[in-house]
Amino acid sequence: MTPLDDPALVRVLAADGTLAPTPAAERYLPLIDALTDAELETFYRDMVSIRAFDVQATNLQRQGQLALWPPSFGQEAAQVGSARAARAQDHIFPSYREHVVTRIRGVDPLDIIRLMRGLTHGGWDPTDPKNGNTHIYTLVLGAQTLHATGLGMGLVFDGKCGTGDPERDEAVIVYYGDGASSQGDVHEAMVFAASFQTPEVFFLQNNQWAISVPVATQSRSPLYKRGEGYGIPSTQVDGNDVLASYAVSKLALDEARAGGGPRAIEAMTYRMGAHTTSDDPTKYRTSDEEKAWAGRDPIARMRAFLEARGASRQFFDDADAEGAALADDVRVRTNELGSIPRAHMFESVYSEAHALIQEEQRWLDDYEASMEGGAE
Amino acid sequence: MSENLPISRALNAGLRRALETNDRVLLMGEDIGPLGGVFRVTEGLQKDFGPRRVIDSPLAESGIVGTAIGLAMGGFRPVLEIQFDGFVFPAFDQITSQLAKITNRHEGAVRMPVVIRIPYGGHIGAVEHHQESPEAYFTHTAGLRVVSPSNANDAYWMIQQAIDSPDPVVFLEPKAKYWQKGEVDLEAPALPLHASRVIRRGTDVTLVGHGAMVTTLLQAAALAESEGTSCEVIDLRSLSPVDYGPLLDSVRRTGRMVYAQEAPGFTSLGSEIAATVMEKAFFALEAPVLRVSGFDVPFPPAKLEGTYLPDADRILEAVDRSLAY
Repeated sequence: MTPLDDPALVRVLAADGTLAPTPAAERYLPLIDALTDAELETFYRDMVSIRAFDVQATNLQRQGQLALWPPSFGQEAAQVGSARAARAQDHIFPSYREHVVTRIRGVDPLDIIRLMRGLTHGGWDPTDPKNGNTHIYTLVLGAQTLHATGLGMGLVFDGKCGTGDPERDEAVIVYYGDGASSQGDVHEAMVFAASFQTPEVFFLQNNQWAISVPVATQSRSPLYKRGEGYGIPSTQVDGNDVLASYAVSKLALDEARAGGGPRAIEAMTYRMGAHTTSDDPTKYRTSDEEKAWAGRDPIARMRAFLEARGASRQFFDDADAEGAALADDVRVRTNELGSIPRAHMFESVYSEAHALIQEEQRWLDDYEASMEGGAE
Repeated sequence: MSENLPISRALNAGLRRALETNDRVLLMGEDIGPLGGVFRVTEGLQKDFGPRRVIDSPLAESGIVGTAIGLAMGGFRPVLEIQFDGFVFPAFDQITSQLAKITNRHEGAVRMPVVIRIPYGGHIGAVEHHQESPEAYFTHTAGLRVVSPSNANDAYWMIQQAIDSPDPVVFLEPKAKYWQKGEVDLEAPALPLHASRVIRRGTDVTLVGHGAMVTTLLQAAALAESEGTSCEVIDLRSLSPVDYGPLLDSVRRTGRMVYAQEAPGFTSLGSEIAATVMEKAFFALEAPVLRVSGFDVPFPPAKLEGTYLPDADRILEAVDRSLAY
């Protein structure tokens, strides 16, 4: 039995794009029926755009413009489905590959570029309303699951969930991967989340590989089953099916927001590219495996579904053009990025003045000034 | 108005006042609720402020610190208790890689007003992992502030000042002194959080230390006086940043400094202070700055801690060496 044969798996679209719900998907069908044509088309456009961005960013890295790039190629459906299921008031904690999640929430993709170019350690302000309550990337695996849980505890303490008013209730969604699921912090986050009944969705993208280590080395049992051990209702979904990913996430977030406590989702997907531009997947996985997953491509699947519903050729061309425009814009703006002033290094280490930092900054200023003076 | 309180009660009173004055302050840690913490510092607080303000957490140190980061993101001011010094290491990543760096990673947009209280140091004859001096790990990490009170008045005020800080503060409590009484002025804070303080005037040698070592330094100074040597004693109070002003003023008068600490000496706070004082007051020095510290071994079994920990005699031996230059 492959992971995708688990009878608990929620899938709505078959790999060829036909509507073929699994038995586990039945309860989610009303949520999918409620989607408008415009929403379905948005899902597709989201995925196409971010893939174009992702390819562009990978190229930029190859051309020396970025220090590193973690591709999201292949994981678009899990991310789009879950992010589109969140409400504006919800809080998002990505790890470091959730490029389309951040885009959907309003974060400028160039902010991710700046991070990967070495201009910042964050890149955007999660408290700025234009960024949709979306926190910055966290590179230490699983660390953000605790931050999300703490924020969720605060929502409980402040009575910001479970009020009975879904327009006002808030929830948290936190992203992590199959590799991170081995980290102690994820375990502790689930303990705290269950204990304090946080309004939180743990969204695990199982892309099958933690750099070069297969998921079998992370867990001998399906990862979604771990949630039950903490008392957290957990669901496994086909993460390459944007409709199923959306519906499962929507129900989980709605329940969490309404005061039902945490939920966990394992989205079965596949990283079709490398872990980052630093690794070489051909060293650790077979081309047969890659081909098999390419046959489950989330974008091709959704395209076939939309074509069968009568979406026009023009729509698909427009979506491609939108992606190309985003990629072009990112390339142009990346080339325009300047450097950072040296003072930046000292400015935000502390919120209030710290004697040592001040002294070192003064020393550096004097030193630089003396060098400039010496050159005259 | 003043009150004579042991340090543990002074901390309790300081925490109580912080809980009263700011409803975003909350306490979290293991066994801090009905039990009042293993050292009873939080005794009675959950009863008066409820389980949402004084939270018994699961037994998970990384979880305590990591969730406090999220709580701070949500506008709370968490004050955490780590049960014992040796138990802080499971939370080390969340403290050093996350808490210390969050403000910097957000370019100042997100503040981390989190206080981590850690009972630290020896002198209580406890078992392994219950008697450590981890201050150098935290002073080495940019983004953290580190302080340690040595008396009840400072304990009362410094805990409130730490809670008021918009930055994360590692608050090291000398557990050996929890029951040491002192006058607490409940109205006037004596010094800013990051000031060091001269607590005994002297002319021959400057003695510097923090936490429980301050008591030992005072003992050494009293013994030295009986032998005709006048020691100035400085309580460091703030370990990051260090307030060098009073140290340098003092050493410029005495020409000699002995730094004493419980922690092992290699790459320790004492190493840093000795190097800095020698850089900044080289021509005032009559002798090298000398360090008296724990040995560079794991904290030994309790029956040997008396040998491991610097006492007044070892400090006086260093005073003699300094005077011999």
